[in-house]
Amino acid sequence: MPTLQIREAIRDAMREEMLRDDRVFLMGEEVGHYQGAYKCSQGLLEQFGEKRVVDTPITETGFAGVGIGAAMCGLRPIIEFMTFNFSAVAFDQIINNAAKIHHMTGGQFSVPIVFRGPNAAAHMLGSTHSQAFDAIYAHIPGLKVVSVATPYDAKGLLKSAIRDPNPVIFFESEMMYSVRGEVPEEEYLIPIGEADIKRPGDDVTLLCWGQSVPTALAAAELAQEHSGLSAEVIDLRTLRPLDTEAVIASVKKTNRVVIAEHSWPFGGVGAELVDRIQRLAFDWLDAPVTRVCYDDIPFSYAENLEHLSIPQPEDIHAALRQVAYRD
Amino acid sequence: MDLPDKDAPLPETLSSAGKAETLHAYREMLRIRRFEETAARAYTRGKISGFLHLYIGQEAIAVGTRLAMQQNDRIVSTYRDHGFALAQGCDPNACMAEMYGKKTGLVGGIGGSMHFFERDKGMWGGYAIVGNHIPIAAGHAFAAKYLGDDAVTICFLGDGAVGIGPTHEGMTLAGLWDLPVVFVVENNRYSMGTPLERTLPAADITSRAPGYGMVGDRFSVEDPFQVRDRLGAAIKRAREESQPTLIEILTYRFRGHSMSDPAKYRGKGELEAFRASDPFERVNRALRELHGMTEDELEALDEEVIAEMDAAADFADTSPQPDPDHRFKNIMIEGEG
Repeated sequence: MPTLQIREAIRDAMREEMLRDDRVFLMGEEVGHYQGAYKCSQGLLEQFGEKRVVDTPITETGFAGVGIGAAMCGLRPIIEFMTFNFSAVAFDQIINNAAKIHHMTGGQFSVPIVFRGPNAAAHMLGSTHSQAFDAIYAHIPGLKVVSVATPYDAKGLLKSAIRDPNPVIFFESEMMYSVRGEVPEEEYLIPIGEADIKRPGDDVTLLCWGQSVPTALAAAELAQEHSGLSAEVIDLRTLRPLDTEAVIASVKKTNRVVIAEHSWPFGGVGAELVDRIQRLAFDWLDAPVTRVCYDDIPFSYAENLEHLSIPQPEDIHAALRQVAYRD
Repeated sequence: MDLPDKDAPLPETLSSAGKAETLHAYREMLRIRRFEETAARAYTRGKISGFLHLYIGQEAIAVGTRLAMQQNDRIVSTYRDHGFALAQGCDPNACMAEMYGKKTGLVGGIGGSMHFFERDKGMWGGYAIVGNHIPIAAGHAFAAKYLGDDAVTICFLGDGAVGIGPTHEGMTLAGLWDLPVVFVVENNRYSMGTPLERTLPAADITSRAPGYGMVGDRFSVEDPFQVRDRLGAAIKRAREESQPTLIEILTYRFRGHSMSDPAKYRGKGELEAFRASDPFERVNRALRELHGMTEDELEALDEEVIAEMDAAADFADTSPQPDPDHRFKNIMIEGEG
């Protein structure tokens, strides 16, 4: 099976869907002539032309809104945010238009649109360019929210997102575009809303998504090696709708849970998971559910300070030991 | 702003129109005015809640616009949207029921006064976050160009919306990409309670048009045929040349911003001066002076329209509320769409 980088998997997903459906187009800053700020659209302008690979000026609320208006007419826009930090400028379009229009028009209009781009901290970009929007968008009824960590998942889920009749927020990661993985040559789709067991285990359920997936897998390795703990690493892949069933099934097996989040703790996706777990599996729990998150502060530029704010495998290993009462 | 008084000569656009079309336009303006008055009464009686923004004084714009449109053209408007819906042919019963929050409403009681949508009638909103529909309208125009159909999008905004970001970005993209859209600023002189002297850095809003690569056109509304002709030229430019236009129409609303606004900020004699220049009364005068209609005939027409709107209020009042489960409907679409 060929291996691809995540950026190539994303490009292939867009290419295949653009070939499959003339209504699909890509719009955003630097997506065309520049080939994408992170090269996720390499070659697409050459293949599809300026009609379907549309460079925009720096106008996030403008092109997010144009995408929504076009989707209401039956087109299938893919809107690239250079980073989700800039989606803050388009927040009103996403939450007041994309998420509401199907509902507030009594179902007369739908908004089949994908907003995609890198989310969460990268490396030494300072506070305004190092934010995780997971909980912010997952909070909004009317949106689906996907967060991917492997080339295989990125391709299969992006294809599903493009075909989805609803607005989908699709989180990638600047830090992970070069991550390689196997991607089948034949076409496949991954349904939105299904978690994936990235590493089976018996002792602790370790929940993660996006950037926290590689961190969690490294932590599981440490826990196995140094603590004899077998962690079951579950990649949620979709934050809304949450695959509660997969989470609860694992919790009932392991009776202990650690949630690894590359995002802030307050009102986070992890907090939602804790709520569901305690309601649906209270009697199966042998320890309080523990979360490992970003520090609850804006990010710093300095390398050492930034590093300290991001959950590291060692932090997650410590949490795994804690819920297993190993200390 | 120089206002023609009520005895000024009738504008050529109005005086050259035939009786049938003048009567039709008048009837449509009258329907909007009586609808709004009926809604205002229902609001004071507690039948309508939330926000209610009336279009009284601006009717000639919605009616004139409709006259300039083709079947597949679209209106995208603000929360002051009732006039457009009625002019587009939406059923007043459904419109009134929407404001009463009833199952039989235009969008099933989900949207209320500010979110009138009827896709097949070209009534494409109904947006209530000031300025955020400008990029949406540009998006409809983008789709028309992408799909190669000839639909033109006509997007209305108030003078209060020209300062906010999405307006600037949406117009920038429309101009950059030569989108078939007409932006129409209904300048009714107030951004809620703040007069335009305190909100606009330059009095002439169309002075921005060249900056967006658009043609600008600015005029005081006199009658629906003038609006039809001026917008018609812009719609033609959009349809045939795929060129956007920025139009500013100087108008006036006779009521407050919304029902909760007593409009005490108006200058002395201002309301009276604008009332004396009301396009609605001007068309009424044309029917009497040019087309020989009598006061009795116009009174009979008024009674007929009042009865239509009273019936709409009764329909709304006696309609059922939405089913409890309806609140969960139309949020996410299942399957591939």
